[in-house]
Formats: sequence, C-alpha cells, structure tokens
Amino acid sequence: MLALALASACNAQPSLKGPRTIVYWEKWTNFEGEAIARVVQAFNEKELARAQAEPHYRPIQVERVTISRIDEKLLVAIAGGDPPDIAGIYSSLLPAYAQKGALLDLTLPFQHAGIERVDFVPVYWDLCQFKEKMWAAPTAPVSLALHFNPRLFAEAGLNPDRAPVTIEELDAFAERLTRWEVRLPGGGVGIRSGYLNEVPATRKRLLQVGFLPGGPREWLGHWGGYFGGKLLAGSRVTAAAPENLRAYSWMQSYSQQLGVDILRKFRSGFGKFASAQNAFLSGQVAMQLQGVWMHNFIERFAPGMQWSAAPFPFPADRPDLANHSMVEADVLVIPKGAKRPEEALEFLKYATSQEGLELLCLGQHKFTPRATESHAFQKAHSNPKISLFRQLGLSPTAFAAPQTGVWKEYGREMVAAYDAMEHLARTPEEALRDVELRMQSAVDRERRAWLRRERRP
Amino acid sequence: MTPLEKRNLKLGLLFCAPWLIGIGTFLLYPIASALIYALCDYSVLLPPVYIGTENYRELFTDPLVYKSLWNTVVYATGSVLLSTLVSLSLALLLNTKVQGLAFYRTVFFLPSLMPVVAGSVLFMWLFNGQSGLINAFLATLGVSGPAWLADPRFAKLAMILMATWGSGHAMVIVLAGLQDVPMALHEAAIIDGATYWDRLWHVTLPMLSPVLYFNVIMGLIGGFQAFTQAFIMTDATGSPERSTLFFVLHLFNVAFQDLRMGYACALACVLFLIILSLTWVLTKVSARFIVYDR
Repeated sequence: MLALALASACNAQPSLKGPRTIVYWEKWTNFEGEAIARVVQAFNEKELARAQAEPHYRPIQVERVTISRIDEKLLVAIAGGDPPDIAGIYSSLLPAYAQKGALLDLTLPFQHAGIERVDFVPVYWDLCQFKEKMWAAPTAPVSLALHFNPRLFAEAGLNPDRAPVTIEELDAFAERLTRWEVRLPGGGVGIRSGYLNEVPATRKRLLQVGFLPGGPREWLGHWGGYFGGKLLAGSRVTAAAPENLRAYSWMQSYSQQLGVDILRKFRSGFGKFASAQNAFLSGQVAMQLQGVWMHNFIERFAPGMQWSAAPFPFPADRPDLANHSMVEADVLVIPKGAKRPEEALEFLKYATSQEGLELLCLGQHKFTPRATESHAFQKAHSNPKISLFRQLGLSPTAFAAPQTGVWKEYGREMVAAYDAMEHLARTPEEALRDVELRMQSAVDRERRAWLRRERRP
Repeated sequence: MTPLEKRNLKLGLLFCAPWLIGIGTFLLYPIASALIYALCDYSVLLPPVYIGTENYRELFTDPLVYKSLWNTVVYATGSVLLSTLVSLSLALLLNTKVQGLAFYRTVFFLPSLMPVVAGSVLFMWLFNGQSGLINAFLATLGVSGPAWLADPRFAKLAMILMATWGSGHAMVIVLAGLQDVPMALHEAAIIDGATYWDRLWHVTLPMLSPVLYFNVIMGLIGGFQAFTQAFIMTDATGSPERSTLFFVLHLFNVAFQDLRMGYACALACVLFLIILSLTWVLTKVSARFIVYDR
C-alpha cells in the first residue's frame, strides 16, 4: 500500500508541473485566423521556453477555438457557467456585456500588469472603457476611408490621383461616374453618364454608380458622424439631431437621383462581399466607404486592381470635421466565470504588447492600436494605404458607437430607419424621430433596470 | 391496492419514467420558467428581478410587436392557403392512373426533404432581382420582375411562394386521404350524372375535409413559428423595412441580441395564447364543414 501511495505521489508530481491550459475563443478565420494562430504559437513557445529555464514554472498554454457568432455564443457560455478564459469580441458590444455583468473588471489587473493607456492610440483604448472602468484591451483596430477606383476616374475624365475632399465634390464626382445603357429612340443602345432624370426608367439600365451610401450594414447608424452628428448625449437620444437629419437626407438624395426601383435591382445584383463579384471589385461602384480590411479582399479577389483611399469627405461648411472616421476595434475580454483569469491576463498582456500586436496586425494587414509601431512593421506591411488608416484612427475627429448597453437595439433601429429612407418610404425626419422615441424609451428602461439592481441589497 | 396492482403501478411508472423525465425537463420546466421569467427583468447573466406585469404592458405598446404579428399573420395565411392549394392539386394529379406515378410522387415529395436553411439559400438566388432565375423567366414573358427580397412590397410574397416548396408532406397526407375516399360514392355520383368537378366539390372535398383541416392547423402553427427562412434570408434583420420581421424573429432578436429574456418570455407566452386561440376558433368554425362520418 505504501509503495503504491509513493508511486502515485511520484506520478502526481509531473501533473503539478504540467501546463496551465487556457481556452481562447476568437471569431477570426482564414488569414486573420492564421495571424492570431501565430500569436498564440509565439506565446506558447515563450511559455515553454520559460518552463525549461525555470524548472518550477508551470507554463501557460493557450488553446484557441474559432467561434462564429461569438457575441451570442459567448453570452450563452457565460450564462451557462462555462465560459472560455479569454475571448475576442467587438468593442461596440462592451457596454452591454459590462452592464450585464458578463465581464471581469480589468482596471486593477491592468494597473498591476502595466497595461497602460499611454501605450495605445487613445481612441482605441477609450473604446475599452465603460463607466470609468476597463473591460478589455484592443487588438485589431478599424477605421474607415473612401476607397476609389482610379481607372474609372480616368474613364470619366477625372484626375485618378485626386479623391473628392468635400461632400459636395463627392456628389459631383459620383454623378460623372454614374453610367447607363440607354435605348436610343431610333433603335440601338448607347452609354451615357450622369443621373439621366429626363430618360424614362424603361429606356435605361444602370451599369455603374459613382457612389453609394450604405457600406457595411451594421454601421448604417454611424453616418450622422460624418456630418458632426451624435446619437447619444448623456442619457438623451439624439438620433434626430440636425446634423443626423442632414446626413440621412444627403444619403436619401442618392435614392432620389437614381430611382428607388432601379437602385434596388442594381443592388440585388451585387455579389457577396467576399467574392470577385463584390460591387467595388467588379467596378459596379466607383467609390465606397470601407474599412482597412478592403485591401485584403482586393488582394484576394481582384489582384492587380487599381485602387486608392482617402479620408471620407466632409461637408464644405464643416472643415473642422476633416479626417474624420468611424472607429471600432476587436478587443480581448476575460469573461466572468473564467477558470484561469490570471493566466488569461498573461496572454492578454502578450497579445496586446507591441510584439504580439505587430505579429497579429501584420498577418491581418491592419495597423496596430499601439501608440508606436516599429519601423520593421511599417516596412513589412503590404497595405500601401496603411498609414492613412492609422492617421484616421489618430485623428481628433474620429468617432465611435455611443457607449450604451442598448447599442445593438439602437443599431438595428437605425438600419430599419435607413431602409425606409433609402426606399423613400419615409422622410429622414419621420424615420429618425421614430428611432429617437423608441430608443429613448429603451435607454430609460435600461437606466431603470440599472437603478433597480443598484437598489437591491 | 393489491400487491400485484402495486407492482404493476411501479412497473408502469418505471416504463413511463423516460417520457415523464423528458417531458418534465424539456417541456414542463421550460414552460413554467417562461411564465415566471415573463414577470421578471432577466438577462440570463444576472439573477432575475421581479417587475410584475411591466413586460406585458410594454409588449402591448410596442409597435414592433404589432408589425411582426401582422407580418406573421400575412405569411401564415398566405403560405397555408397556397400550400393547401398546391398540395391538393398535386395530390389530385398524382391520384390519377398515369405511367411512372411512383417517380412523379417521389419528385414532388423530394423538395420537402431539403432543410429550410438550404432551401432559403437556394431561393435567395432564385429571387435575386438582377440575376435570379425567376426574373429571367418573367423576362421571357416580357415582364420586368421586382427585386423580390429587396423590395418590401414583394419580400413577404417571395417567402410565401417559397413555402410551397415544402408542400410535399401535406401532399402525401392528402394523397393518403384521397385513396381513402370510398369509390362507391364516386360511382353513385357518376350514375347520377355528376361531372368531374361536381364529384370533386360534392364528394372528394367533403371526404377530404378532416385531412385538409389537419394540414391547415399544422400549417398555421408552423406559419406562426416561421423563423429560419427570415433569419437566413435577411440576416436576422427582417429587412427590407422590417417587412419580413416575423414574430419569432423579433422574439429571437429581443432574447439573444438584446438579452431581454424576460420580455422574450412574455412574447413567447403571447404567441402561445395566439396560436391556442386561433386553433380553438378554427376548430369551432370548421366543425360545420368537416365530415368525419363515413
């Protein structure tokens, strides 16, 4: 019996020294997934090397799991009491997660670990804050710019090296870049540019549009920001603020110029975003607001395509808004109920270090949210416009989703309102006032719930 | 109770136990929980807080509830009517004596085996306004087809048309019912000089009425729970302009996007009541038209 006990004790020793495995949920796939896999591998190797150098050290090993619709599944896992130790989500979701008690407050752990604001681009660091606490650290940042097709510019007689600077200029460029196939009265067909409002819809077919507002659907709620609008002022919903009304009226003007049915059919012919039939890649749309990721899709689905990017235009009477961009970030969080939060913090610290982030963002062809980037990173980067996107992130006019726990609902309302405006079913005033009313009641409801919980013993 | 009866009772309960445990865990417990959570502010992540009837009061003033309910009623009614018509027509055709009948029956039944997700993706291509086959066919007739799923005036209609794709199940049931219609009645009608349409109206349909009623009830219940197609085809948004925001899709968004489980439970309870009342009304109304006596 004694011999058996000794033997089992001896056998138990290596398990005490065995790795401390943490589970990491991340949404990235393809080359983005490969980039984070390299970060995980680098971290795991470092840990193993440390364990070899320090015999009593138990290395941390990260097990990465790729998860689709991570926002929903993570919440279910947290609610079920079996969350991963660390997870990658979107910054816009943080307030809702934090408010519902789904995340660990990382304010103090960051202080102890030396993860500080000064090391990051402020706007991306601030995205990780809610109610003056830190809930996450940024990994892959996002900023948006006007992408344009210089070949189509040249064909339309525009300078292919010069993007529109103001909204008014954008409108003028867009009109020149819009092309139709027109059935001529005497028979035959011809190609004409402009909006051709004088030609009946039955005699023209849209071939190419200069610019289409919209872009990523989930960000349809942000367009007011490009006109200086805000969606929330404290706890007051301001969806129908004059700047927002101006923004959406401008967006609606494209439906009015092109015709709702024509536009609807034209849009429905667009291929999938991640395909060679993408409207921008196939030349159906000459200018588009897109994020830093667009370069990856161009490289993959339309290699050799001429493209360029510039800050999105601002209204001529608002030069103070120059270099503005909507910003968001992928962030790392430690869910409440994580079994190894300290180990998760160690990995988070590495993944958001300059080394970790440069490894990640080089692989994902993005810029890093760090305050500084190494020369080697900038030199090795494949995106010719990467410095523009970084500058947009650093710009004082950069803006983000309002920090509210009901942002998902708000975003959905704005998308529905935009649908109605785009189809000319409602005026911007009607649609946005409706959103304002509904969301004000949602924000009030959220505040009531918060107070109710605060009051509980 | 005699020892034998006791033993039989024990054995009986033992044999029923898997079902009792299953229904208790997966049906009764969730139903009871939903009734309770409907009275709470509950996000799953934090303990529920009792708020009385606040969820129900909000529900009755929420325009999205009415909008989604209207969409669901239109979809359920349209899809049930069309599916019933299609399944009845197909069953009548397949009840004739033609060569290769088994082949035709299989062909018409096969689509209903396709998962809704796959069917939805397929129909997204078919209904594509620019390059879809449906519009290409309409173009050959000189008709310029609409943008279907991108047009709020046609999006629901597109989904109703898509519902006929799964009429195979209903068709098989109607076919079985058709073969159960007594030949004597047909022969008597023929002797009386009844035409095909007379026999269809006065013999076949009355004799089929219990089967059709079953299909209608099942179709309505399914229609009121429509979710997958709208979820897949509109990426859970119910677009365009929320014209395909069905009640269950709205419930899903509230529950899993906004994490308002309490409110979602209240919506589920209301949906249950709606389906229950509708079935009851249909049972009462249709009692006059259904012929059970043979």
